Amino acid sequence: MPASIFLNVAASGVLTGLVYGLMALGLSVIFGVVRVVNFAHGEMMTIAMYMAVVLFSAYHLDPLLMLLPIAGVLFALGYVMQAGLINPFINRPEHSQFMLLVAVAMIMVNALLLIFGPDARSVQTAYAYDSFQAGPLIVDAAKVYAALAAAAVAAGLFAFFRYSLLGKAIRACADNYQGALVVGLDVRRLYALTFGLGAACVGAAGCMMVLLVDVTPPLGPSSTLLAFVIVIIGGLGSMPGALLGGMLIGLTEALAGLLFTPSAKSMFAFGMLVIVLLFRPQGILGKSAS
Amino acid sequence: MSGHWFDGVSPRAAKLLTLLCVALVLFPLIASDYLITVLILILYFAYVGQAWNLMMGFAGQLSLGHALYVGLGAYAAAALYVHFGVSPWIGLWAAMAIAAVAGGVIGFLALRFGVAGVYFAILTIAFAEFARLAFDHWPWVGGSAGFFLPVANYASNDLINLRGSPTMFYYLLLAMTAAALVSCHALLRSRAGYYWLAIRESPEAAQALGVDLFRYKMYVVVLSAAMTSLGGVIFAFYYNNLFPEQVFHISRSIELILAPIIGGIGTLFGPIIGAFLLTTLAEGLGELMRLLGIDVPGVKQVFYGLCLLVVVMFLPDGVWPPLARRLKLEQQRSQGLAER
Amino acid sequence: MAALLNIKGLSKSFSGLKAVQEVSFEVPAGEIVGLIGPNGAGKTTCFNLIAGVYRPDAGEIRLAGSRIDGWRPDQICRAGIGRTFQLVKPFAGLTVMENVIVGALNQVGSVRAAQGISEHLIEQLGLAGKRHAAAGSLTLPDRKRLEVARALATAPRMLLLDEVMAGLRPTETDRMVALFRDLNASLGLTILMIEHVMRAVMALSRRIIVLHHGQVIAAGAPDEVTRNPAVLECYLGEEAL
Repeated sequence: MPASIFLNVAASGVLTGLVYGLMALGLSVIFGVVRVVNFAHGEMMTIAMYMAVVLFSAYHLDPLLMLLPIAGVLFALGYVMQAGLINPFINRPEHSQFMLLVAVAMIMVNALLLIFGPDARSVQTAYAYDSFQAGPLIVDAAKVYAALAAAAVAAGLFAFFRYSLLGKAIRACADNYQGALVVGLDVRRLYALTFGLGAACVGAAGCMMVLLVDVTPPLGPSSTLLAFVIVIIGGLGSMPGALLGGMLIGLTEALAGLLFTPSAKSMFAFGMLVIVLLFRPQGILGKSAS
Repeated sequence: MSGHWFDGVSPRAAKLLTLLCVALVLFPLIASDYLITVLILILYFAYVGQAWNLMMGFAGQLSLGHALYVGLGAYAAAALYVHFGVSPWIGLWAAMAIAAVAGGVIGFLALRFGVAGVYFAILTIAFAEFARLAFDHWPWVGGSAGFFLPVANYASNDLINLRGSPTMFYYLLLAMTAAALVSCHALLRSRAGYYWLAIRESPEAAQALGVDLFRYKMYVVVLSAAMTSLGGVIFAFYYNNLFPEQVFHISRSIELILAPIIGGIGTLFGPIIGAFLLTTLAEGLGELMRLLGIDVPGVKQVFYGLCLLVVVMFLPDGVWPPLARRLKLEQQRSQGLAER
Repeated sequence: MAALLNIKGLSKSFSGLKAVQEVSFEVPAGEIVGLIGPNGAGKTTCFNLIAGVYRPDAGEIRLAGSRIDGWRPDQICRAGIGRTFQLVKPFAGLTVMENVIVGALNQVGSVRAAQGISEHLIEQLGLAGKRHAAAGSLTLPDRKRLEVARALATAPRMLLLDEVMAGLRPTETDRMVALFRDLNASLGLTILMIEHVMRAVMALSRRIIVLHHGQVIAAGAPDEVTRNPAVLECYLGEEAL
């Protein structure tokens, strides 16, 4: 097989992987701070994707342009979920909180099924069939735009956590819950904000993802699973890890689809997950638990 | 070991239980075929829910990939029957063995490498998904196109090959669920039962009292897997078709944990009550929708999700404990092991 | 008297912090030995090393002559060492009786037999009236008693008591002291106890070992140790001896 095909497929995979990474980033942020496993993560992205589809088919608005409003809606959703559903039960056992989100995920997926039906929907932008060429490398324009947007949003998130006061307050909560309480931080509100941020992240990712794949309700649960796989491989609680994990999964999926059958591509992701869970449970960039 | 079955059960509960048993045995004589199929569903979910409950409720290990064992059991027995003409009564031993090995592998990997809590749950999901994809590409059992058992004459009941009317499956499942109930009751009172509960409450304290965590966690994982696989055998022979996409799918795994969670994790009657409530309410909802002329996919699942949400939020111990207290079925114990 | 527990050169560090350094001491069979020292001296770490919760970085731990370092906690329990925890860990959802049965199952195989043993211990520890109460509903002194009953149910040759008297009123402390003295006298139960409550240490211990910054700074009879200038120095500012 000529090397150029490998190269193209790999590049395509990495670009898609950046979007995966952004999606997983949201999950990582939520787990890293609130210590809640958001089982409805993929479903939230699917909601954003459907929003983009509706806006596009009704008003011909490019999903990438709709990034901010859609992310905003998801932020509100996430905030309300944390404030209304999770915060009141924060002292419950771990599996209880988990089941709460499983229930929310079920409701989300099936509500989408109710409203939109099982058929696939997609967004056909003007540049859907364009591509960029650099030497032997040919990549879809849509993938490039999506990847750039993902990188931009991720950078924005990094900057927020690094430099803003609010970001530092959130990181303080994550590092030391009691300490944060002691210095007077309103931890519950910060948790809600964080969940909102994670949701906004995944909402943004949805706007990009809709350029890359068709959306059906079952995409929700499979994306949630994928986000988990990425976050565990990259390192739970590590933001760069989520992006790295995403790109890694995007790459392996693309190559597996090329070398084996496309439908078996996620088998490799799971294989990697099992290996990581066994031999390096903190993930590639995660901190080792002492 | 005499009187063991009713050890710890209050007289009132024993009476109610006997009444219920009699009612269930006589049920097919008066019920319509449709109702029998509904009850088959209830019993199926009660049975596999109880099997899952062993791991979660007794030993505190959350598995979200239990459909793996259902699927393995189903395919094992079905393949042996279709390809070699082996009766499911023999096939079920193969089913249990395969599921036990799978459970053993997952348990071993998880325990030796310290994968616990949420990570363990995700590991179980990953294995089920892996199986789904693997079976999708395995032609010997039909691959993604499905695996089919020759459909038989409903009029005659062939118990050896499990070909027959729903009534036959009803009594089979009834016997299985009753046996599961009795065995779990006995298990809870055994050394293993005490150790499992100890592990669930505080693994460190359990260790300090001589409990070998690895061994007892492995027991429960393997036992739960084997028990679940029998449900899979029934599944295969009742529905006569198997698709990896359906059998191993994560929604199957979640479906089978709804009943024990809603009924009450860690209780003996929880899975049964939960299965009963969920199935009857769902069927009722389905009937309502038929009457109203609404035919939309997803309504039942939204309903399940709402039920789950409400129960997890407001009835964290499930429906059974408060119900049992109401019916005064508890002996003067507070959260003891008996009739929880 | 022969040493039941023999520790030589025990060391353990956590991320560079030397919690226990070259600690050596003996606990003769049938004796009660106190392990004292300021907070952070490494006492609980020692216990956790003996009980198998941590692996030592260096050193040997011998029980009746055989090495047990590196064993798992459940193996060490089966070998005959029982322990209580500084922060009690009851099986909250189980009754008092069921808690003790779990311990008793270490020495017998059947639940029936375990029940008999547990009944006796529950009475001995003064919990008889609460045998069917959920462990999670007990007061702290009762939880401590339960912890002790549970550990005793495993039929240990030696008991590791980690600050069992903390939080108890003087009368309760005296009751516990009397119980341990009794068990020691009647069963020959060897006890190694970490304590801050000096009243209990002085009343029970035949020997006291003092730890400071992970090292043994004194060991001997209670009178000697309490007059030792090094010991007094490390306790300056601590509860008066």
